[in-house]
Amino acid sequence: MIPTPALEFRPILPEILLCTFAIVGMLYEAFARRPDPVPHLAIAIVGIGPAAVTAYALWDWSGPSYVLGDTVAVDRFSVVSRFVLLGAAFVGCLYYTHYASRDPGSFRGEFYPLTLFATAGMTLITAANDLIVIFLALELLSLSLYVLTGITGRRRASEAAMKYFLLGAFSSAFFLYGVAMAYGAATSTKIVGVAAPGIVQALAGQTGSQALALLAMALLVVGFAFKVSAAPFHMWTPDVYQGAPTPVVAFMGAATKVAAFFALIRVFDVGLQPLTWDWTPVIYGLAVVSIVVGSVVAIAQRDVKRLLAYSSIAHAGFILTGLTAANSTGIGAAMFYLVAYAVVTLGAFGIVMLVSARGEEQTSLDAYAGLARRSPGLAALMTVFLLSLGGIPPTAGFIAKVTVFSAAIGAGNWPLAVVGVVASVVAAYFYVRVIVYMYMREPAEGIESDDGVMPRIAAGVLAAGIVVLGIFPGILTGILEPASIVRW
Amino acid sequence: MRQHLLTLTILFPLVGAVVLAATGRILSDRDARILALITTLATFAVSLLILRDFDTGFRGYQQVEAVSWVRSLGLQYLVGVDGISLWLVLLTTFLFPVSILASWKVESNVVRYMIAMLVLETAVVGSFLALDLLLFFLFFEAILVPMYLIIGGWGSANRVYAAIKFFLFTMAGSAFLLVAILFLYARSGQPGPPTFDLRLLTPVAAGLPVQTARWLFLAFFVAFAVKVPLFPLHTWLPDAHTEAPTAGSVLLAGVLLKVGTYGLLRFNLSMFPQASTYFAAFVSILAVIGIIYGALCALIQTDLKRLVAYSSVSHLGFVVLGIFAFTQQAVTGGVLQMVNHGLATGALFLLVGMVYERTHTRELADMGGLASVMPVLLGAFLFVVFASAGLPGLSSFVGEFLVIAGTFAVSHLFGALSAIAVVLAAIYLLWSYQRVAYGPLREEHRHLPDLSGREVAVLAPVLALLLVFGVYPKLLTRSIDPATCAAIERVRSSQTCADIGSAAVPAVAEGRQP
Repeated sequence: MIPTPALEFRPILPEILLCTFAIVGMLYEAFARRPDPVPHLAIAIVGIGPAAVTAYALWDWSGPSYVLGDTVAVDRFSVVSRFVLLGAAFVGCLYYTHYASRDPGSFRGEFYPLTLFATAGMTLITAANDLIVIFLALELLSLSLYVLTGITGRRRASEAAMKYFLLGAFSSAFFLYGVAMAYGAATSTKIVGVAAPGIVQALAGQTGSQALALLAMALLVVGFAFKVSAAPFHMWTPDVYQGAPTPVVAFMGAATKVAAFFALIRVFDVGLQPLTWDWTPVIYGLAVVSIVVGSVVAIAQRDVKRLLAYSSIAHAGFILTGLTAANSTGIGAAMFYLVAYAVVTLGAFGIVMLVSARGEEQTSLDAYAGLARRSPGLAALMTVFLLSLGGIPPTAGFIAKVTVFSAAIGAGNWPLAVVGVVASVVAAYFYVRVIVYMYMREPAEGIESDDGVMPRIAAGVLAAGIVVLGIFPGILTGILEPASIVRW
Repeated sequence: MRQHLLTLTILFPLVGAVVLAATGRILSDRDARILALITTLATFAVSLLILRDFDTGFRGYQQVEAVSWVRSLGLQYLVGVDGISLWLVLLTTFLFPVSILASWKVESNVVRYMIAMLVLETAVVGSFLALDLLLFFLFFEAILVPMYLIIGGWGSANRVYAAIKFFLFTMAGSAFLLVAILFLYARSGQPGPPTFDLRLLTPVAAGLPVQTARWLFLAFFVAFAVKVPLFPLHTWLPDAHTEAPTAGSVLLAGVLLKVGTYGLLRFNLSMFPQASTYFAAFVSILAVIGIIYGALCALIQTDLKRLVAYSSVSHLGFVVLGIFAFTQQAVTGGVLQMVNHGLATGALFLLVGMVYERTHTRELADMGGLASVMPVLLGAFLFVVFASAGLPGLSSFVGEFLVIAGTFAVSHLFGALSAIAVVLAAIYLLWSYQRVAYGPLREEHRHLPDLSGREVAVLAPVLALLLVFGVYPKLLTRSIDPATCAAIERVRSSQTCADIGSAAVPAVAEGRQP
């Protein structure tokens, strides 16, 4: 009799629902008479909504903490990430529906199933307690994103997709090799083992091989750094952000970062906790390089999508700054930062999509000249997002910045905080420059405008959220505090 | 309501801004102006109630309100007032309605302009009243955006450059401030929950190693020195002042620069007394350089607005010199000088703006003989020039005198050098007045109108206060003295205020000038 693990599917119901409706969407696309985004959107929402409900049901989970043979963890940490990711997927689908309706020629119904698949991968990666499952989820989300990047079939998008795919494949290989090394070190791929000792127990008990463990750590860092676009593994970011269709970038920029960071936190702060002294310097270094590269190179950008890409690299550095603290304060700070960053990214790219208009030609700074004159609402929303990215009160970005620096300084890493604040001054320059273009320049001739209502409402809600979180961050910290992952 | 006066003062303008933002589409420009004016006047009225409830004999913070804001962060909404902040708050709430009235002629995007003004008022008042360091930082940073928009959106030709320069300079300074605040915060957590409460952080800062305290002092110092601005960090100021619209310059000079000097006094002196004495000579040298350099630069300006801007560098040098002399006279003089400079330079910018509105030039060479066509305007101008130059009987005299006297007691050299600057101030101010008011009148200026009723309403209260504070400075000093006393005693831990010599203050204050 072969022993089988007890099967408990409720903790992965969100993923099951997402995949199911992704398949429904694909079938619909196969048999649909004519391309129409609305039924697709409906199917996606039917998938996302119940997924969110089932995720919420896990908030007060009373069953075992690890299910399905210890491969999936059930904790509030993963519930929080699922909510953020499902929200990002929802906003991404809304954006794409508008995007497709203004340019029907470029519509591809596959967007919705691919987004659902990617979301399933992302939500799974944050709940996975097994490096193999993390790898599978990583591949699921990556492959979906590669296709999404090139979905319009425009030349630049295809090129970006190709770059993303090639570099992503490399990083996956690194990651997989890291998994193998971890197995070699701990004779398990479980992060926390219940039935049998997992990685953390093996490393804590000094039963594993230290050299292999360090090698595994290094390789896993590379894999994660690529996904969160931390320098020097950021090369794909600007090209993909610039080339991919904006709704995809909005979803990808927000969600990938959240998913990869949540997984990184689980792997490093739980699984590799016994190696904390070894990995904090590495994270420290990555943080410094990302902050500096992201902030400095962004100055030279004239394309707003590229600018936001470099800004996302710098933000990866800020989040890593919080993680150098390697304690619950740092994790809480990083979680807050990620939520705020996801909201801002979704909002900012929504505006970028509206400004860029049909064919996405208008992404350079010049298209923003006099935006306050043409559409004051858009300019005001964009200002809120830019201020939040720059970490200026009263936005969530400010609180986020304070919490991560505070965590780093509390752990004695004040030089890192100094680097961070100096870089944020540099960063303020290019965020403010966009505001200058919007408010203090004359509008250029022949700029097309887009009067989409739905993305405006979405961006408005996101901006309101940013300001509310900036003034009453307690709302979010109250949720995040009990959801913070427990270091082993 | 009585116990929430401070909060009301902070919130009133913000509420006005929100109302404006919500109703902006249906309001006419005129309604927006009136709404903003009413809001700022109401704020001023509330702040006068603070003055009424103020206990002049009390040294510490009064009317303190504390509400936990972000529990997980230890951030509190903690505000309180003492003799130093009291007058700065009143100065702020006083200058705002004046500035709104002075910007009646702003025609473009009036609603947006007024929103920026009102948000700015909340931020400035908040930074003067905050007793929680992070709350202070929040307000301090929040000043940036509205001011940046005011300069960049409604300024003159080179406004974008000036606005960005202003933004980046201030932001760069405050970056280090944030690290220092977070550092103190981290230290305060051992043992007990970490806090940003200024009153609790003061002993924490006192317990730090000497070297650490010095670094933290510098971090705070840079942030405020940019704001003051102290030589050599002053280069943003001439640009920002010159390019800003009139009301923007008035508020920059009148109020925003004071946030810097206030910060030095409130945070550097009280939290790092040892480091303050260690760096006192260094800071004083910078201040003296600023005083003289600012005066010399003002002397050679051909642009009237730029001249006034450089005079601010010089005058603010006085304030810093006074603060870092650590004598009762000098520090009280410094605080007085903050208020006086706010009024006098504010009035100067108002007048320069009025002259500009008529002649459409700021170049001294293109003016001349204006006294014959606009006697009232130029009369007011002369009054303010005298006030700014420190003529006895007008407000700046008391402040400058106290600073110089107080500094002289500590260092003859600095006292003497700063006295030279008073002479220089008289030269550049009177000389510029001469070039504006007298000499041949240009043909195109022959039919310029004199002050309108609105402009009289703008200027009259400011001029009146310049006179009142000059004749009866005790009005201010009796509440400033206890607060400065507390600050000095912390620096000179072995001495009490009386030992350091406070005799001259009441003498001057009561009008018996030595």
